[in-house]
Amino acid sequence: MIAYLGRRVIQSLLILLGVSLITFALLYLLPADPVRQIAGRSATPQTVENIRQQLGLDQPFVVQYWHYLTRLVSGDLGRSYIQRSEVTELIVSRLPASLLLMVGAILCELLIGLSMGLIAAVKRGTATDQTLMVASFVGVSAPQFVVGLLLLYVFAVRLSWFPIGGYGTWRHLVLPSLTMGILGAGWYARMMRSSMIDVLRQDYVRTARAKGLARGAIVFRHALPNAILPVIAMIGIDIGIFMGGIVVVESVFGWPGIGQLAWQAIQRVDIPIIMGVTLVSAFAIVLGNLLADIIAPFIDPRIKLR
Amino acid sequence: MNAGAGKNRIGAITPATAGSVLDIANLSVSVRGEDGEREVVSNLSLTLARGETLCIAGESGSGKSMTALAIMQLLPQPAARISSGKIRLGDTDLTVLDERRMRRVRGDRIAMIFQEPMTSLNPVLSIGQQLTESIEAHTSLSPAEARQRAIEALKAVRISEAESRLRQFPHELSGGMRQRVMIAMALALEPNVLIADEPTTALDVTVQGEVLELLRDLQRQHGTSIILITHDMGVVAEMADRVIIMRHGRMVEEGKTSDIFARPRADYTRELLAAVPRIGSGVGRQKSRHMETATPASVASVEDLHVRFDLRGGVFGRVTRRVHAVEGVSFSIAPNETLALVGESGCGKSTTAKALAGLVPYSGDIIVGGRNLSGLGRDERKAVRRDVQMIFQDPFASLDPRMRVGDLVAEPLVIHGIASRDERSQRVAALFERVGLSADQMDLYPHEFSGGQRQRVCIARALALRPKLIIADESVSALDVSVQARVLDLLKELQREFGVAYLFISHDMAVVENISDRVAVMYLGQIVEMGTRDQVFSNPRHPYTRRLIEAVPVPDPARRRSRFARLDQEIPSATRRIGEAPLKLALQDVGNGHLVAADSSPV
Repeated sequence: MIAYLGRRVIQSLLILLGVSLITFALLYLLPADPVRQIAGRSATPQTVENIRQQLGLDQPFVVQYWHYLTRLVSGDLGRSYIQRSEVTELIVSRLPASLLLMVGAILCELLIGLSMGLIAAVKRGTATDQTLMVASFVGVSAPQFVVGLLLLYVFAVRLSWFPIGGYGTWRHLVLPSLTMGILGAGWYARMMRSSMIDVLRQDYVRTARAKGLARGAIVFRHALPNAILPVIAMIGIDIGIFMGGIVVVESVFGWPGIGQLAWQAIQRVDIPIIMGVTLVSAFAIVLGNLLADIIAPFIDPRIKLR
Repeated sequence: MNAGAGKNRIGAITPATAGSVLDIANLSVSVRGEDGEREVVSNLSLTLARGETLCIAGESGSGKSMTALAIMQLLPQPAARISSGKIRLGDTDLTVLDERRMRRVRGDRIAMIFQEPMTSLNPVLSIGQQLTESIEAHTSLSPAEARQRAIEALKAVRISEAESRLRQFPHELSGGMRQRVMIAMALALEPNVLIADEPTTALDVTVQGEVLELLRDLQRQHGTSIILITHDMGVVAEMADRVIIMRHGRMVEEGKTSDIFARPRADYTRELLAAVPRIGSGVGRQKSRHMETATPASVASVEDLHVRFDLRGGVFGRVTRRVHAVEGVSFSIAPNETLALVGESGCGKSTTAKALAGLVPYSGDIIVGGRNLSGLGRDERKAVRRDVQMIFQDPFASLDPRMRVGDLVAEPLVIHGIASRDERSQRVAALFERVGLSADQMDLYPHEFSGGQRQRVCIARALALRPKLIIADESVSALDVSVQARVLDLLKELQREFGVAYLFISHDMAVVENISDRVAVMYLGQIVEMGTRDQVFSNPRHPYTRRLIEAVPVPDPARRRSRFARLDQEIPSATRRIGEAPLKLALQDVGNGHLVAADSSPV
C-alpha cells in the first residue's frame, strides 16, 4: 500500500509537470499579447517594452519556463498582471467556494443518478425504466447554461424558492449544484443501470435468490457493491469535467469561485492566473483519480493496490 | 445441528407424505422467444424419495436445468414460466405459492448448488457473511449463534481452519474449496431436498471425486434427498439410486441406475451410453503407423521450454514474484501422431500450447519443420507458423460473431496471402464439405450454428492452411458426449487423410485415451510421465498419473468405488518468489521410451 502510494505520488508529480509545460507552451504561442492588455491601447511602444522587460516576457521560452518552475517549487504561482496580487492568495481565497460547489454537485449527481439507475435496472423493461432513461437522456444532452438559466427562471424568478445568485447560505448552493450535477446524473443513471443489469444476471445473484433472501438484501447487499465499482472509477474522471463546467456555472450564478477567476483571467490574458488555475485543476483531477483508486479495494477485496 | 426452527414450516413432511419428499406431476415449462412460446420441459412427472439420489441426465437443451429452476421457482423472468403441472413439497404445491412464502422454502427446505463455483459466490462478501446471511434469514438465531452454525457447516464439508475461513473472500479459495463452501451453505439449514446442478462439471477430476464423496457422506448423515443434474454418465453411475434420462424437454427413460446401464430400453439411452468415452476402451486400439515404421523427422519439437510470468510490486514496480507456468518441458511430435497433454487446471498445458503457437513469450527451443523459431525474424517466423494451427475450447467465443463463417475460414488464407479470391472460396467450400458442413452454409453467421457445428467451422479454419500440426486445446470439452464422439471421429479421419499431427490438450482422461498415440502428464509446469497411450494407461508409474486415472468416474454402476482416496492438501501454487526456482524433475526411462519423473515427492 505504501509502495503503491509512493509510486502514484511520483506519477502524479510527473503529470503535473507535463501539464505545466503544455499549458505554458500554449500560452506562449498564443497570438494575444498580455503586455498590450496590461498597457492599454494608448501606451507608447517604449512603455510596452518596459512592461515586457519588467515581467521577463522578453526572455526566451525556456528561460521563462525555468523561472516559473523554480518559483513554483516554493509554492509561488507568481503575481497577477492585472490584479497586482499574488496568484496563490487569489486562488486560496476562491477555492473554498468552488470546492463547496463541487461537493454539492457530486452529491446531486450521485444521489439522483445512482438512484435513477438502480430503480431503472430493477424495474427493467417497465414504463418506469423508460421514463427514467428518457429523463437521463435529457440530462445528458442539455447544455449547462440552458439548464442553469431554466432552473433560475423556474425556481428563483417564478417560484422564489431559491436566491437568484450569490454565495453564503445552503439555499445559494442548491441551484448551482443541481445545474452542475444534472449532466453527471444523466451519465451515472445510464452507467448504473447497465452495470446493475449486468450484475443482476450474475450467478451469485441467482445463488442469493436460491438461498431465499429478501429482494432488498439481494439488491443492496449482493448486487449494489458489485455494480457501483465502475461508477466509482468514473468519479475521478468526472472532476476533470467539473472543472470545465465550473467556469460556466459560476458565471451564470455569480458564484465567487476559481471558475469565475479563470474566466476573467482568460479574457484579459492574465497568464499567471490561467497557469495557476490550470495547475490547481490538474491537481484536483489527479487527486480525484487517486482517491477513486484507493476506495476501490474497500468495496472489492479482489482489487489489490501494488 | 437442529435446523430451521421446525415449527410451521411450509410443505411439512408428515407421515402421510412420508414416502416421497418431492412430487412433480405433469410439469411443463415454456420459454417465450422471438418465434413465440416454446416448451422446454414437457409433461414431466417424477417423485423423489427421502434419502434418495435421483440423477437427471441429458445433453444440453434437454430441459434438465430448467426443471431444477422450476422447482426453485427461479426460472429466468419474464421469459420462462411454468405452463402447467404441480410441484409438491410434502403437502404444499410450490407452483401456487406467492413469492414471500416461496422465499421461506428456498434455502431452508430446498437448497441448490450450481455448476460454476467460481461465479456462484459473491466476490465482495466474505465467506462468513454469505454463510450466515442465509442462516439468519431462515432462523431466529442470534448473529453469534449463526456464526457458530456456519463454522459447524464448514467443518461438515471438511474445510480446515473453519473459523479463519469465515473472514476469507471467495477469490482466496480454490475451485474445489468454493464448491465445498456452496455445499456448506446449502446444507447448513438441513434442507429436505438438495438440487445439485452439474456440481462437479467445472472442477478438476481429482477434486470432482472428493466433492462427490462428500455429497454422499453428508446425505448418509442427514438423510437429504438429492436431485443431481449432470451430463456425465460416469457421475450418474457413481452417485445415482435412480436415473431419469431427458431429451428435448421430455423424459426418455426412467429406472434404477443398474437397470439403465445394464438394460437401456430407449434408443436414445443406448446411443448416449455408447457415445460415452470410457477408460479402458482405447486399450488394444491399433497402434499408430509411425510406431511400426522407423521414426520420421518430427513435425514439431520443444526443448527445455520455460514460460514464466512476472508479478510486480514495490515503489518502482520491480519483479517480486514469478509464476512458473512451464518449467523445462521437452517433447516432440511426429507426423500423423497425436500427442496428448493432460493435467489439471493450472498445470501449464495450455501455456505450453500457447508458446508453441507463438502466443506467449518463452525461453528454450521450439523447432517447427526443422527450423528453430528462436533464431528467425518476424516474417520467417510467420511463414513457419503457418504449419501450426489451433482449435480452442469454446466454439461460441472463438468465432467473431460479426463475420460470416466462410470469411472466418478464409481469413488465414488472406492473412498469409494465399490464393486468389475465387480459389479461396473454392478451397473454403471444399473444407466445409470435408468437415461435414455444406458449402451453402458459408454465408451464415456463427450464431446460426450449434456448438458442434461451430467446432467444425473452427476445425475447417485450422485446416485452411494445410498445417502439419494442429493444437487442439480442450477442443471437445464444451461439447455434448454424442457431438463430442462425432468431432473426435472427424479429427481422426482428417489425420488419416492429411497426415496432420495433433497436440491434444485435455483434462478428460477418457477422451485422451480414445484419441492419443502418446500421452504426457503435466503437473505444476513439468512433465511427470510420458509414454505411449498403452504405457501410460495400462501401466501408470507416477503416483499423480495413477491418481488422475483413478479419479475418473466409471460409467458403470457395477464398478462403483466405495471410497475415493482423499488428497489432504491442495495442489501447491506455481507462483514463487524471485530466486526460489522450483525443483527440476528428471525423467527416467523405465523401458521402451516410457519416461517417468524420478522424484515423486511433490505429489
